[in-house]
Amino acid sequence: MIALLRSEWTKFRTVRGWIAGSIVAILLTAGVGLLGAAGSVRSCEGPQGDVCPEIPIGPGGQAVTDRFSFYHRALPADGSITARVTGVSGVITYPPPGHDRIVPGVVPWAKVGVMVKRDLTQGSAYTAVMVTGDHGTRVQDDFVNDLAAGRDPWVRLSRKGDVLTGATSPDGKSWRVVASTRMAGPAVVGLFAASPCDVTLSQGSLGGIVGACRLTNVTGRFENVSVEGATGSWTHDDIGGEPGAPSLSVGSARDWGTAVQLTGSGDVAPAGIEGGAVIERTLSGATIGLIAVIVVAVLFVTAEYRRGLIGSTLAATPGRTGVLPAKAAVVAAVTFAGGLVAAAVAVPVGLRLMRDRNNAVAPVGTLTEVRVIVGTAALLAVTAVLALAMGAIFRRSAAAVVATIVLVLLPQLLATASVIPAAAAEWLLRVTPAAGFAIQQSIPMYPQVEDYSVPALGYYPLPPWGGFAVSFLYAAAALGAAIVLLRRRDA
Amino acid sequence: MDATVAVNGLRKRFGTTPALDGMTFTVGPGTVTGFVGPNGAGKSTTMRIVVGLDRPDAGSALVGGVAYRTLRRPLTHVGALLDASALQPSRTGRHHLLWLAQSQGLGARRVDEVLDQVGLGPAARRRAGGYSLGMRQRLGIAAALLGDPPILLFDEPFNGLDPEGIVWIRGLLRSLADEGRAVLVSSHLMSELQDVAGHVVVAGRGRVVADRDVEDLIAAASDGRVGVRTAAREDAMEALARAGATVTVTGPDTLTVSGLPGAGTVAVLTAAGVPFAEVSAHRATLEEAYMELTRESVEFR
Repeated sequence: MIALLRSEWTKFRTVRGWIAGSIVAILLTAGVGLLGAAGSVRSCEGPQGDVCPEIPIGPGGQAVTDRFSFYHRALPADGSITARVTGVSGVITYPPPGHDRIVPGVVPWAKVGVMVKRDLTQGSAYTAVMVTGDHGTRVQDDFVNDLAAGRDPWVRLSRKGDVLTGATSPDGKSWRVVASTRMAGPAVVGLFAASPCDVTLSQGSLGGIVGACRLTNVTGRFENVSVEGATGSWTHDDIGGEPGAPSLSVGSARDWGTAVQLTGSGDVAPAGIEGGAVIERTLSGATIGLIAVIVVAVLFVTAEYRRGLIGSTLAATPGRTGVLPAKAAVVAAVTFAGGLVAAAVAVPVGLRLMRDRNNAVAPVGTLTEVRVIVGTAALLAVTAVLALAMGAIFRRSAAAVVATIVLVLLPQLLATASVIPAAAAEWLLRVTPAAGFAIQQSIPMYPQVEDYSVPALGYYPLPPWGGFAVSFLYAAAALGAAIVLLRRRDA
Repeated sequence: MDATVAVNGLRKRFGTTPALDGMTFTVGPGTVTGFVGPNGAGKSTTMRIVVGLDRPDAGSALVGGVAYRTLRRPLTHVGALLDASALQPSRTGRHHLLWLAQSQGLGARRVDEVLDQVGLGPAARRRAGGYSLGMRQRLGIAAALLGDPPILLFDEPFNGLDPEGIVWIRGLLRSLADEGRAVLVSSHLMSELQDVAGHVVVAGRGRVVADRDVEDLIAAASDGRVGVRTAAREDAMEALARAGATVTVTGPDTLTVSGLPGAGTVAVLTAAGVPFAEVSAHRATLEEAYMELTRESVEFR
């Protein structure tokens, strides 16, 4: 096998066109994204000059939405808050189908409940127990963590030492502990209300997806409100509230002692597409670079058929089984190395260019960034193997190139260019080798966020490595079929 | 491994066209075996089956007693030139041999040796796409020699060679056979094998028409004929015909006489007063012997 690998590597490196094609693939993969990054400028002209609003960052490092109505007191040390949610109502502006009226109603992820938060700055740590519009009672903390907790109306948060415990109860007597988190030091405790905008997606008449996010608010009625360990007086704040915001989004609190009515808008959750540009935007060239990768990988095998050279190859390796794996290994290694260089340049340089031009970039952890870079290189390599197998199956360059593009790039293009319905797009990204592009998605889709969760906006239906596995299996199956055919057919 | 090729009862169809129809022969060591026949006789298909490129529908082909497909490092057992144009044009001749060598665990030194052996040293680092047909043949021969194999198969190696090249390859084939190797050389022109082949296998329509030592073949084809060289061709023909001989004109001043021995021919010509420069026993060329053998099996298309 070592001899075969050396032999196939010599074959690859001694044809100038293939080396040139591989370099073109690198340049396209890195260049397209960099050009895009260099060309995207954000400007936020306003009364204070060209100042773009900061996107709050949560304790986990993600961009978050932290806008809600908060009725609170100080919590220096141990303590607790208990309340019974007796009513949830709200307003939805201009909902479907007519989008022509303001109606009463509660969106599914409207939230009212109790919260302990580090402080009043956006993005600070918190734990909350809440009743939602349509998702029952839940315990959430630090924006990304979300636990379902039945449908009980009684909610309680208590802190002892640095342990925060969230509990629910059907009657205020028997309590069920749902989750524990940690928060030490001075904090703020209180009631909160938030109602995210009403997301609607529709197919544009000229293609494309039209997304709309229409203002809503929610009013929660709390009874049996009791607080222990709190100091200071009750205060109402619209966290993240902006001057001049529409009146429906302005929160308010009415207090009758143990009963409180709290109105609010906004959300306490991971940011969706409002969280800034995603890092994979710098790798948009991968789809174009992939064309060069496919052509080189196909030619690496079909050129032998066209020239009759396959006879020499098979006479030298009459067992035949090892020939295609050796070729696949060479093409995968070359493509992976090239893809890694391209992505490792495009992502950091592209992000730098975007930030220099005032663009907000959704922050991600180092591991995610590495996964996007290495995953992109791996996806290119896997697709190269698929293309090589197609070349061996079809034995003709044009047919193999077209087949691979139809399998990989066409679904990706159809799904992300939003020319087909979202459901069809998601299906394509599950069952075709285009599923592997999920490896590039840096911001996960959170179930507790009603967002434009469609492929056209960069959300893949499969998780990153799950999608990659689909592409990998396609390549493995095609290579297996090609090996069997090579053994069976006359050269 | 002993230097033999044994082809036994090979049958092969491509679609509905039969290519091989019971092809059977053996190639022994120490001699050049010519494999001759018109285009379409099945020579190339037989060779492709021997090196495992095509699978026969029936029959077997063994090299040194084993199937080619079971060989490890096969190029050290069997070297084959099947299609000299099978080259990646943008790759240099040297690199073409290098990947072949590496697939057999051989090094770059062996590549340079065979390049020198076939006289391609100076052109080795040029792109093979720019090679003449003759240079491609030399490169293909170099590839066959790469593993220093005891068995060599050459399919139409004379194609595209200039006269100098033909002289060179004849010498090479002879010396390879003299080293004890089994050498099978196919050609559709018997004349190319004159003075090289010690044995010929004549193929027609997918099977063996004749399988003989060259000496026997020529002797049989020459049987009882006499060559006459004379300036008075018309007179000679008349006299010889009157004596009952069959006369064929073979040149402006040469005739071939059959049905009359050499001495009788001299007597007839002398008696008739016809001047002649030479009367000799006629030795058929390999070409003539071949034409006689394949007269029936040539397919006209």
